[in-house]
Amino acid sequence: MAKVHVSTSVNGEPTEFLCEPHDTLLDVLRNELNMTGTKEGCGSGDCGACSVTVNDRLVCSCLVLGAEAEGKEIGTVEGIGNNDSLHVIQEKFLEHAALQCGICTPGLIVSTKALLEENPSPTEEEARYYLAGNLCRCTGYDKIIRAVMDAAESMRGAA
Amino acid sequence: MSEAKDYKYVGTRRVRPDGYDKVTGRANYGADLTLPGMIWGRILRSPHAHAKIKGINTSKAEAHPGVSAVVTFQDFPEKSQGSPLAQNILANEKALYHGHAIAAVAAKTVQIAEEALGLIEVDYEVLTPVMDLDTAMADGATLINENLKTVGLPEPATEASNIAARQELKIGDIDAGFAEADVILEREYSTPTVHQGYIEPHACTVRYDENGQSMVWCCTQGHFDVRASTANLLGMELGKLKVVASEIGGGFGGKTTIYLEPVALMLSKKSGNPVKIVMDRDEVFKASGPGAATKSWIKIGAKKDGTFTAMQAKMAFEAGAFPGSPVGPGTMTVFAPYDVANAKVEGFDVLVNKPKVAAYRAPGAPQAEFASEMLINELAEKLGMDMIDIRLKNAAREGTQALYGPKFREIGFIECLEQCKASEHYQNAVAEGNGRGVGAGFWFNIGGVSSAVIHMNPDGTATLLEGSPDIGGSRASMQSMAAEELGIAPERIKPIVADTEMVAHNDTTGGSRTTFATGMAVIEAAQDVVRQFKERAASTWNVTPEQVEWADGVARNTAGDGEMTCQEICASAGRTGGQITGRGNINARGAGPSFSVHIADVAVDKDTGKVDVVRYTASQDAGRAIHPSYVEGQIQGGSVQGIGWALNEEYIYSDDGLLENPGFLDYRIPLASDLPMIDPIVVEVPNPFHPYGVRGVGEANIIPPLATVATAVGNAIGRPMPDLPCSPPRVLKAIQEG
Repeated sequence: MAKVHVSTSVNGEPTEFLCEPHDTLLDVLRNELNMTGTKEGCGSGDCGACSVTVNDRLVCSCLVLGAEAEGKEIGTVEGIGNNDSLHVIQEKFLEHAALQCGICTPGLIVSTKALLEENPSPTEEEARYYLAGNLCRCTGYDKIIRAVMDAAESMRGAA
Repeated sequence: MSEAKDYKYVGTRRVRPDGYDKVTGRANYGADLTLPGMIWGRILRSPHAHAKIKGINTSKAEAHPGVSAVVTFQDFPEKSQGSPLAQNILANEKALYHGHAIAAVAAKTVQIAEEALGLIEVDYEVLTPVMDLDTAMADGATLINENLKTVGLPEPATEASNIAARQELKIGDIDAGFAEADVILEREYSTPTVHQGYIEPHACTVRYDENGQSMVWCCTQGHFDVRASTANLLGMELGKLKVVASEIGGGFGGKTTIYLEPVALMLSKKSGNPVKIVMDRDEVFKASGPGAATKSWIKIGAKKDGTFTAMQAKMAFEAGAFPGSPVGPGTMTVFAPYDVANAKVEGFDVLVNKPKVAAYRAPGAPQAEFASEMLINELAEKLGMDMIDIRLKNAAREGTQALYGPKFREIGFIECLEQCKASEHYQNAVAEGNGRGVGAGFWFNIGGVSSAVIHMNPDGTATLLEGSPDIGGSRASMQSMAAEELGIAPERIKPIVADTEMVAHNDTTGGSRTTFATGMAVIEAAQDVVRQFKERAASTWNVTPEQVEWADGVARNTAGDGEMTCQEICASAGRTGGQITGRGNINARGAGPSFSVHIADVAVDKDTGKVDVVRYTASQDAGRAIHPSYVEGQIQGGSVQGIGWALNEEYIYSDDGLLENPGFLDYRIPLASDLPMIDPIVVEVPNPFHPYGVRGVGEANIIPPLATVATAVGNAIGRPMPDLPCSPPRVLKAIQEG
């Protein structure tokens, strides 16, 4: 079967790629575009390590086909901040020691950003339920939730 | 070591040095490396739990367009073919569990490789699967390995058996101990097969080079052990195999062995291309090493005042398809927190048709101590005693003879109990209708071989090479300890988990050894640097090194005037004798045991059996918390893994021995929405054998939650819960039978 030509935007950059019709957006990001910040933990939408946004909607990129990116705006962890200018969510994750192995961290950063854009003042319970799709096996979530709540407060203060 | 010391960097909460790359997505994990010309490997796995392999025909797969190589067990060098490790990595004459690797293909794409797997013809003769301890241990049981005889029996075994080993520990006179008791309780307990549940699947990228140096990039807790076992199986010299530890996305003991690396190298050798293999999640569940399922029988005798007079246990651990469950540490830890004169423990290592178990955080201890801690809580209730008081009454302390051998040195069990008892959580009564539980945990901790090198750079910064994969934030601790010794800011020290070429052998990250043992190697390397700093300054001032004092990153001439900063010494090092490198190569002894005590309050939905943990407090003796945030993180993370073990996690097999829940939807690890905050209490009773008093903190925390939570559930519903997990169907059944 012929490859599909896709024109899309990744983190604001116009991007084109060829993919197999069955390739997931996660496969394309990691193996075609060499953007390995988005992680694969399960391939079945259960762990959230591959969280990205498609037109600002939070999705598991393992459940989206690469071909579906046509004409869309894709947001990944690589677009959120870098070592020189971290996003406040990233700063708070570091400050609160909200990561250990770090494999779930990119997905959690993307999901937290989506949460706080939807709901700038989540309760702890709302944050816990919004992030329930992002599995972390190292931290027990305590420090992640503290980082998220603190980031929310900082972002409200800055707004 | 008992007096409190002021440290400048040790004990501070700094941003971890590897954190920036992890929050930005730049950190590279096992699946993140791609090499030029690389092709993809996939593995064919057994659809049966137990089957004779009568033949494998790979010719159609080899002929499939895009396929470069196919390997089976026969591709292992002949001298490795007797190795159980080889037989686990690729099945030989029998497939021994659902998902056992049978053959592997490397092809241009994953899809082509998977198509080719479908073209491999395997002729199976399906055998009866042996799926649980009772079946495996029964007389006349189907044998998993017809050549296996039990070791450790009083008389040498004559018949083959699924019981690989029996072991026994005893102290005092168990019968006399029970005769002294006013109360004797006994009960049976069980725990299911569980998985470590690291979010990153096993992965590697390799390049075989016949004449030069082969390379393996993989996610592992011990790249030196990956090198040793892989080179051994493939008949390679260690120096011709370089293993690079990628960032590791969780391990918890599960990444202390090898599955993919030799297969990928054999595929690379045959094809001439670099090969990448990444497990799917269902392969991780089916075919990597889970934590052992167990059955235990515990009997405890006590005086009316709660003093234990005798403790006895009989425990069987599932090893999976090959011998080697953690029944050893299980027998050694089961009663370790207590000072008891008479005890006897018997343990059995038993084969079943499940994947070979691997280490899982304090391997063997959670299962064993679940059983003993449950019965202690029942005993407290029977005697009308507080759950913490009965433990205080019997707690091991300095000088206590442990059942497993040594006399304890300074330990912090009593401090953990007292601080839990004094906690606001425990001081407040449990809410009406809810249940409360308490549990304790003991883990030995280990030391072992570690190597570290510190290169001082001409600008006065330091490059710290150590060889322990960082699974919980250990680079932050190494940085703090090196900074403390060198007297320079931690930010000027770059800690690196070096590959097998850059530092000498390091034992695997496990046993909570890294901050303790590798930390000692780092301290030694830093002290070696300081010694050279003094020599260089002394030679500049024409005094002896003893006349030079080193503090806060500055050398001072005590025999006259003069100061040289670290930067100045490093900048002029080329002229004063060459660049400065410090080394620390040690075999660390004296790992201090860690104890932990937890408290849980739970609410049980009486209509559905669903349990919510509503409050959780976890204390643990860290000796000295080098980085308090990551010590708390270990305590919180271990607690939550234990909560998952207590409430939800279990392998579910069909009658045919097929794993029915190999995914995170059906093997349900705790979610953010399942949990409250986990309140840590960091107890610091310094370990006298470490310069800063460090005890390992990675493991003791996963032990208490099993009994703590199950006791709380039992108290909430008024029925004991001796079988884990306390999942909704099981809790509901207990309520209905109540």
